[in-house]
Amino acid sequence: MISEGRRDYYAGGLMILIGGGAAVIGTSYKVGTLTQMGPGFFPVCLGVMMAIMGVLIALAARAGAKAGADIMDAHHALASHPDWRGWGCIFGSVFAFIVLAEYAGLAPATFFCVFIGASGDNDSHVKASALLAGGITLFAIALFSFVLHVQIPIVRGL
Amino acid sequence: MDTGIGGLMHGFSIALEPHNLLWCFVGVMVGNLVGVLPGMGVLSAISILLPLTFGMKPVAAVLMLSGIYYGAQYGGAICSILLNLPCHPPHAVTCLDGFPMTKQGRGGVALGITMLGSMFGAAFGILQMIFFAPYVAKVAFQFGAPEICALMLLGLLAGSTLAKGSPLKGVAMTMLGLMLGIMGTDVNTGVERFTFGVVDLSDGLELVALSLGLFGIAEFLRSVNNTAPLNLAYTNIKVRDMVPTKDDLKRAAMPILRGTLVGSLCSCIPGTGPTIASFVAYATEKKVSKTPERFGHGAIEGVAAPEASTHSSVQGDFIPTMSLGIPGDAVMALLLGALIIHGITPGPRLIVEHPDLFWGLIASFWIGNLILIILNVPMIGIWVKMLMIPYKFLYPSALFFICIGVFAARNSLFDVGATLALGIFGYLLMLLKFEPAPILLGFVLGPRFEENFRRALIISRGDLMTFIERPIAGVFMGFCALLILGQLYVRIRKPKLMDKPAIAGHGVE
Repeated sequence: MISEGRRDYYAGGLMILIGGGAAVIGTSYKVGTLTQMGPGFFPVCLGVMMAIMGVLIALAARAGAKAGADIMDAHHALASHPDWRGWGCIFGSVFAFIVLAEYAGLAPATFFCVFIGASGDNDSHVKASALLAGGITLFAIALFSFVLHVQIPIVRGL
Repeated sequence: MDTGIGGLMHGFSIALEPHNLLWCFVGVMVGNLVGVLPGMGVLSAISILLPLTFGMKPVAAVLMLSGIYYGAQYGGAICSILLNLPCHPPHAVTCLDGFPMTKQGRGGVALGITMLGSMFGAAFGILQMIFFAPYVAKVAFQFGAPEICALMLLGLLAGSTLAKGSPLKGVAMTMLGLMLGIMGTDVNTGVERFTFGVVDLSDGLELVALSLGLFGIAEFLRSVNNTAPLNLAYTNIKVRDMVPTKDDLKRAAMPILRGTLVGSLCSCIPGTGPTIASFVAYATEKKVSKTPERFGHGAIEGVAAPEASTHSSVQGDFIPTMSLGIPGDAVMALLLGALIIHGITPGPRLIVEHPDLFWGLIASFWIGNLILIILNVPMIGIWVKMLMIPYKFLYPSALFFICIGVFAARNSLFDVGATLALGIFGYLLMLLKFEPAPILLGFVLGPRFEENFRRALIISRGDLMTFIERPIAGVFMGFCALLILGQLYVRIRKPKLMDKPAIAGHGVE
C-alpha cells in the first residue's frame, strides 16, 4: 500500500505539517515570555518541537536507519490491499448511529449500527447480520434504556 | 494508616463491602472475557465501561476498571497458548512455547503452570506495591512544580522511547498527545485553543473518544477481513489436563521466580510495561537455560517465565500511577484519566487523602486474583468455548458499544463523530508505523504538564536553569539525558543489539 522506503517520508511530513500548523495557530494566541507565559507559549513550543521531530524522522529514513521498528509487531501486519467494503461499513456503522440516534432513537440506531458494521465482513450473510443486530438491539434497550437510562429515547416521536 | 499492614486491613474492609466486591467481580470477569476473545483490547474495554462508572462511587469504579486490566492478562494467556494468537501483546511471547506444548497435547499443563506463575507474579507485584508505593509517595511529597515537571518529562520520554516502535516516532506521538490535551479552554486565561470555533470542543477533547478512536475504531479498520482463521483443533481442555507433573513443577519453579523479578524490575521503569517484561523474561530464560535449543519446541520454562513477569509487572505498573500520578503506559493513562474524572487528583497526596481508594484497590487485587483463579481453573472449559466466537460477530457489536460508550460520557453525539474521525486518523498513523499508545500518555498528562511548567517558571522568574539547579529535578533531567544518549548509542553504534529481540518477535507468526 505504502512502500517501505517512502513511509517514513510521509510520516515525517505529516508531523511537520501538524507541528507547523499548530505553531502557526499558536502564535495567534498570546505567546508571552518565559516568566509571563501566555496561552500560546506551550502550543508554539510543542508545534516547533514536533516539526523538528518530523524532520528527524524523515532524515532517519534517509539515513536508512531502520530504527528497530519491528521488534514486537510481528502480529501487527497491516492489510496489504485496500479493503473498501470493510472500511466503508465501519464508517457507515458509526455514521448511521450518529444520524439515527439524533433523529430516530436508540433502537433503530443500534440495529443499523450493528447491521451495517456486520455487513463489512466478506463472509457476512444478511440474515446472520440482521439476527445479530436484532439481538444486540434488544440487549441495548434492556441495558441502556431501562437500567442505565442513557439519554436517547428508544424510538423518537412516540 | 501509613503502615502497610494496617492499611491493608483497612483496604480489605473496603474491598469486601458487597458493593465493591460485586464491581471487582464484574471487572475481572469482563477483563477475562476480553482477554480470551481474539481481537478485543483492554484499552477499548476500559474506555467503553468508563462512562458507565460515572454514576458509581470512585472506589468501586477504580476497582472495576483495574480488574479489567489484570483480568485480561489471565484470559490473554488462554488465547495465546491454545490458539497461537498473540492478540494481547504481553502474551505474544507465550505463543512461542505455549502453542508447541498444546500441539504435543500438553496445552492443559501449560495453562496450569501459567495460572501458578500468574498467581505468584501477581502476589509479588502486589506486595511490592504495598511496601513501595507509600514510600515513593512520601519522597514525592517534597516535590514542587519543577520536580513534578521534570518527572513528567522523564515519564513521557520513557513511555515514548522504551515502548515498541521507533523512539523518534514515539516522541512525536507524545507531542501530538500533549497537543490534543491542550485543546479547549485554557484554565489560566480562558482563551480557547485549537477549537476551530467548534463549541463542542471548548471543554476539550473527550478522553473516551480519543482512546476509543485510536484503540477501537482504528483497530477494527485494520483487522476487518484481515484476521487469521482460528485454529480450534486443540481447544478441548479439561480441568484434569491442567494438573502439572512433579517434573513440570520442578522445571517451572525457578523460571517463575526469575520472571517475577524481571517483571517487577520492568514495572519500576516507566514505559516498560508488561509487554517488554515478558520479552525480557523469555530472553533471560533462554540465556540461563542449559538446553536453550528446547525453546520454541514446547519448553515449559518459556511459558512460565513470561507469564509470571507479565503479572508481576501489571501489578507493579500501578505504583507510579498511584504514588506519583505518572502513568507508565496507555492503560495506566486511561485509569489516571478515570481518577481525574471522578474528582480525585492523582499525585503523591493520593494515598493520604484517599486511603480508601488506595488500600481498597490493593486489597481488591488480592481478591480479584483469587476470583480469577477460581474463574479460570474449574471453568476453563467455558472460557475455551468463548474462543470460538467469530470476529465477524464481535466487531459489529463492539462498534455499537463504542458509539454508546462515547455518547454516554458527555451525552454528546459530536463526540461520537470525533471518535470516528480520530479512528480514521489513528489508522492513518498506524499505516505510517506510528504507535498510538504514547498519544494517550501525552493527552492525559498534557494539561498538568503545562500547568506545572508554567508554575515552575513563574517561581523561578523565567529561569530555565531551575530544572537543573534544584537537586531532585536535576537528577530527573539527568535521567532524561541518559535515556536519550542511551537510545542514540544503541541505535547508532550498535545496530546489532536491536536485531536480537527482533528474532524473538519473528518467531511469533
